[in-house]
Amino acid sequence: MQFLKAAVVAGLVVAAFPGTSLAQSKPSELKIGITTFLSGPASVFGVPAKAAAEMIAEDLNKKGGIGGVPVKLSFIDEGAGGEALVSNYRRVVQDEKVDATFASISSGSCTQLVPVAEDLKVMNFMWDCGAASILETKKYRYNFRTQANGTPEMLAVLLYLLKTKPDFKTIAVVNQDYAWGRESWEIFSTALKAMKPDVQVVAELFPKFGAPDYSTEVSRLLALRPDVVLTTSWGGDLDTLVRQAGQRGLLQQSTFVLGIGESSIQRLGKDLPEGLIVGARGDHWFLHPEKKNDAAFKAFNEAFKAKTGAWPIYPVYHMAQAFKALQTAYDKAIKSNGGNWPTREQVVDATAGTEFATGFGRPITLRPEDNQGLEAQLVGVTKSVPGYDFKLLDNIMIFDPKTITNPAGVRSVEWLKTLKPDFVKMDVPTFKAQ
Amino acid sequence: MNSTLAILAILDGISYAALVFLVSVGLSLIFGVLRVVNVAHGSLYAFGAYLAATFSLAIAPISPWLTYPALLAASIVIGIVCGGFIERFLLRPLSGQEDVLQLLITFAAFMIMDNLQRLIWGVQPIFAAEPLRLLPNVAVFGVSYTSYQVILLPGVALATLFGLRYFLRRTLSGAVILAVTEDREASTAIGIDAKRVYFVTFVIGASLAALGGALASPTTSLVPGMGADMIVLSFAVAATAGLGQIEGTALTALMIGLTRAFVIYLQPEFEVLVPYLLMVLVLLVRPFGLFGAVQVRKI
Repeated sequence: MQFLKAAVVAGLVVAAFPGTSLAQSKPSELKIGITTFLSGPASVFGVPAKAAAEMIAEDLNKKGGIGGVPVKLSFIDEGAGGEALVSNYRRVVQDEKVDATFASISSGSCTQLVPVAEDLKVMNFMWDCGAASILETKKYRYNFRTQANGTPEMLAVLLYLLKTKPDFKTIAVVNQDYAWGRESWEIFSTALKAMKPDVQVVAELFPKFGAPDYSTEVSRLLALRPDVVLTTSWGGDLDTLVRQAGQRGLLQQSTFVLGIGESSIQRLGKDLPEGLIVGARGDHWFLHPEKKNDAAFKAFNEAFKAKTGAWPIYPVYHMAQAFKALQTAYDKAIKSNGGNWPTREQVVDATAGTEFATGFGRPITLRPEDNQGLEAQLVGVTKSVPGYDFKLLDNIMIFDPKTITNPAGVRSVEWLKTLKPDFVKMDVPTFKAQ
Repeated sequence: MNSTLAILAILDGISYAALVFLVSVGLSLIFGVLRVVNVAHGSLYAFGAYLAATFSLAIAPISPWLTYPALLAASIVIGIVCGGFIERFLLRPLSGQEDVLQLLITFAAFMIMDNLQRLIWGVQPIFAAEPLRLLPNVAVFGVSYTSYQVILLPGVALATLFGLRYFLRRTLSGAVILAVTEDREASTAIGIDAKRVYFVTFVIGASLAALGGALASPTTSLVPGMGADMIVLSFAVAATAGLGQIEGTALTALMIGLTRAFVIYLQPEFEVLVPYLLMVLVLLVRPFGLFGAVQVRKI
């Protein structure tokens, strides 16, 4: 009888607090696995991003972590090659039992890891990879992209060119010969053909990824005299191309468009002339016109400069976006779980459709139909400004993501083909450097 | 393609070939004498470039013209320190062992040096263009070239080619190296210190790799992984030429440089294929390389 009484009392207590049985016990830490390039040429992005992740995590933990739980980071080197990456990713998810992953920088890595994350049912944020096709071909539950993709990024740069230099007749491209170099040109050229069909493409050059010398390409372009030269190269390749082109007068002869050149500006210093169109791969710039006077934004940039010796570049902000998305999703899930620690599935449910504000640019929405981030795009033109030993961005335009991102369910290239010349006439705010 | 464009392509080809030759000839020399396929050659190229940029950036504020001796000094330092270390402490203890061990140990050295490079110089691209800025540009049919690219680089490559030929064929030290290459046992029997010859040759070969890197440093961004790309290319050149062939290396580098330039002008999508396509074509016809000879196996 004693036992029965106790059982009845226990049952009444549980029934009185229906949330109790569902509540997860709060973990001692929230583990995040991050893939980033720590070796190879792409470490020019991966290493600053890692520094940013450590800085953000430290700051977050000082403030009590996410939902009162401190975060703990594990890093996986994307530069170790495909097989090593996948097995390390599995190890981090299954053995270290991370709660979420941020993967990856390279679209190749994302293509490999996205299905793995889905299989392992671990929430993954594609924090930097740009290939639009990943989320266009399949609907995922556990994978989200916390930034834009190549389509709005390239379209914004093209729109800037068409708005500011509408009269060009010829264009040439010099892109790295790998997935991003080819895909970004496909996006750019498809949109160009739709909006300005009279432009002639005079050269399509795809030098080897990591090529140390572009002198032949530069000679050919000097001889061809195209009105516009586009490059979506990055890192050392972009630096070398810009310098070799500059030394021989090509940057003065043609209008240069550096599709994702924001990350090279500080390194190129005085070698980068004025008047080059530069894309930022998103809505971020360490002197963001709408945020530059914001105290938290300034403090973050200065702390990063003090830690690494350079102002943040776009992968740093992309990393911050992934953290902010995770924090927002957890906060939302905790709230809808009555203040209790949520299950993984509850967090995934809360992430779809989330809008989060990083404080470094405009808010970003994770579109619920395909989990694609809708992020504004910042594009500007280089200008000398006293007090800086490198060029700043001037005449900055910030493009609305809803206008320049393909609708969910429509493939990028198919959508780009439907654009009309009038598309260029959209209203976009322009900001001066100083 | 008109004659103007052809001349531009030839200039581009020669400039590219000069740099490729400098790196490949060091690899070829080391193989010719020591019979070692030195995978760490790519790291020596990268280290040469990084140290040259470091020296050059440090000395440029004193006098920009001192950057040229700085490039040379960096090559010699890397040749002696890194090359010397690899020969003395990694390869010499393996003397007489299976060839594959030498390949593995140089590969290990390459991996270690690749990490060291990141540890010392970081991952952000480094650029030190001072030596290039000192020289004026020259215009050819209205197209501007840097003198560094069309005069200095081919000049250094030619000087290296003739210098090496003279050293090996006209000097006593060169004769000693050739003697050891031909028959180590016999040359040791007449009192030649073969170990010393191997050491000196390795240091010269390593210095040439580093010189290639040092001369590339003003024109290119120094990034992690730059050594890996160069080692693949120099292997292709050395194999096409016939391993150990100095003149063959020069000719192959020139063939690759010119074909690459013409391909970029006419069919740019095939650029990446050029060195390897040439290698396949040559090795199909002459499996021992353009200038290589069939070796008689000693029993």
